[in-house]
Amino acid sequence: MKTAAQQAPIQRAGEAAGAATGQAKAHDVVLQVRDLAVDIRTHRGTVRAVNSVAFEARAGETLALLGESGCGKSMTAKALAGIMDPVCDLADGEIVLKGTDLAALSAKERLKFAGPELGIVFQDALTALNPVYTVGTQLGEAFRIHRGLNAKQARAEAIDLMKRVGIPEPESRVNSYPHQFSGGMRQRILIAMAVALNPRLLIADEPTTALDVTVQAQIMQLLRKLREEGQMAVILITHDLAVVAEEADSVAVMYAGNVVESGPVSEVFADPRHPYTKGLLESVPVHLERGAKLKSIAGSPPELHDIPAGCVYQSRCPLVQDICRAERPVLRPAAIPSGTEPRPARTAACHFSEEINNV
Amino acid sequence: MLIYLRKRIVSSALPLVVVIVGVFALARMTGNPASLYLPLNATQQMRDDFTARNGLDQPLLVQMADYFGGVLRLDFGQSLRTGQDAAAMALRAFPATLQLAATTMVLAVLLALVVGCWAALKPNGIADRISSFVSMAAASIPDFWLAIVGIWVFAITLGWLPTSGVSGAGAWVLPIATLLLRPFGVLVQIVRGSMVSALSEPYIKLARSRGAGELRVVTHHALRNAAAPALTVAGDLTVGLVNGAVVVETIFGWPGIGKLMIDSILQRDFAVLQAAVLLTAVAIFALNILIDMGYALLDARVRPVTVKA
Repeated sequence: MKTAAQQAPIQRAGEAAGAATGQAKAHDVVLQVRDLAVDIRTHRGTVRAVNSVAFEARAGETLALLGESGCGKSMTAKALAGIMDPVCDLADGEIVLKGTDLAALSAKERLKFAGPELGIVFQDALTALNPVYTVGTQLGEAFRIHRGLNAKQARAEAIDLMKRVGIPEPESRVNSYPHQFSGGMRQRILIAMAVALNPRLLIADEPTTALDVTVQAQIMQLLRKLREEGQMAVILITHDLAVVAEEADSVAVMYAGNVVESGPVSEVFADPRHPYTKGLLESVPVHLERGAKLKSIAGSPPELHDIPAGCVYQSRCPLVQDICRAERPVLRPAAIPSGTEPRPARTAACHFSEEINNV
Repeated sequence: MLIYLRKRIVSSALPLVVVIVGVFALARMTGNPASLYLPLNATQQMRDDFTARNGLDQPLLVQMADYFGGVLRLDFGQSLRTGQDAAAMALRAFPATLQLAATTMVLAVLLALVVGCWAALKPNGIADRISSFVSMAAASIPDFWLAIVGIWVFAITLGWLPTSGVSGAGAWVLPIATLLLRPFGVLVQIVRGSMVSALSEPYIKLARSRGAGELRVVTHHALRNAAAPALTVAGDLTVGLVNGAVVVETIFGWPGIGKLMIDSILQRDFAVLQAAVLLTAVAIFALNILIDMGYALLDARVRPVTVKA
């Protein structure tokens, strides 16, 4: 059963590669993030919201950034897209997109990548769309900025995009304003905007959280379709384990600004190597007796200005030892199953990642 | 749109009537014109004749009914002072006020947009602090004081500008500079505030993620969203200029509607005062309708929906 689950994503990516017309082949690394750190300036001093985060995103695959609210996953997304809040600073790290380190570029140089190489989708489509311009104007903007099209040509491109993401009657709807669309349609428009120039990387920050369940499925389907058509690497930011299991090829679990575990979704979910991942998976209610108590992780994440020395998870970890309070575990390849060679595909930031499932 | 306009005009009629009634009653509280227009040693007979000739011996309600009857026939009465048609006098004075108000507001809005946006780019930055100080000072300086200081420095001491009148471009400088300061100061703060909040909206981030540069983000994406509050306040300030440039018009001898009103009150020239107030009120209602149409132009969400039967 485990092997079948492992093969599934590989097969899916393989099929996509066959259909691909883009330059990138499946599995090509599109984005490589190393040692990413983001600081927030607050009244109580500077706090580190994202700390030595590292992951890779590959063409035609979906990488999920999983974590609870406040764990730094959205902050990471904004840092990647270069649209951080003014109080945030990129403190450290590399964001290598197709050979260029975005973190080393000036804000102005980065604008050339915003759109053609990288697109982002937000959670709340209503506030993400400018209320005073028609969707056609906003959809066409990327073409006007990056390709120098005139208003009429941009409008034609906008209509094409609306067709691509399945908005009915695009010829008339192109002149409508965001408030005249339903939530699901607005999300489609947002996605269309992000993929307008066929970027290599699409960041989707909780794209379905604000939507009805039925619409969620349609949106995820649309994202999958676009990913395969364009051989994009997708970074999916979510707190929803079911979405990760369904949509993602690999996952990076974040906690208090740190990646605590990463690897192929099927492996990580079947055999978690960090106590936090394990706790998350155990708190999903499955086959419960009526009246049985729902499991949860006791406690809450540490405040950002009060991150302890040592492991970030120590206050909630059932396995905590003296070394966890003294020394912060680094993200390292874990030997899974125990006794075999550690593999770079499976990493965990725990002193006891090899023993965890034996406890 | 036409249906909307008609509705607005109809709904403006009642407040206009109230304005006329109010001015009519208040003007008569200033006293009997007879004591101003007749010589000090005039007999009671002369006074009664004067009062009767101008219809001021009738009960107030009858006078008012007569006046409304006249207004409906577009007859606004004659000036006691000059014997001219009151409406003609008001209409003659109005363009001077409008020119002054329009020039002042156009300059104030343009300057405030530039300074306000500049301040909003970096909240609490140096530019923001400077503009906050300057705008606060500009909004707080009383115009009569500034007008007098201006005349004293630039007209009397330096002799660069005329003290009053409308002859030549130089005559415009002091009145406009005096009137400009408060609207400018107030508008800078409004523009800065609404730009700061517009610039922190998610759609601004998203525009940046499409490759929109700073200039485009500010002038295209944020400004139009930030414009509505500025439009409201600018409209209100324009109203203040249209009827309330009284002090500045008086100090600089500007032959506008404000000066006409003050002179009419001092001279108990009721018909002219009423005509001037009515004209100003109509202008203000028109201005408000224009402002509402401005909102609709800026933002589709507040456009009146035309329901088709």
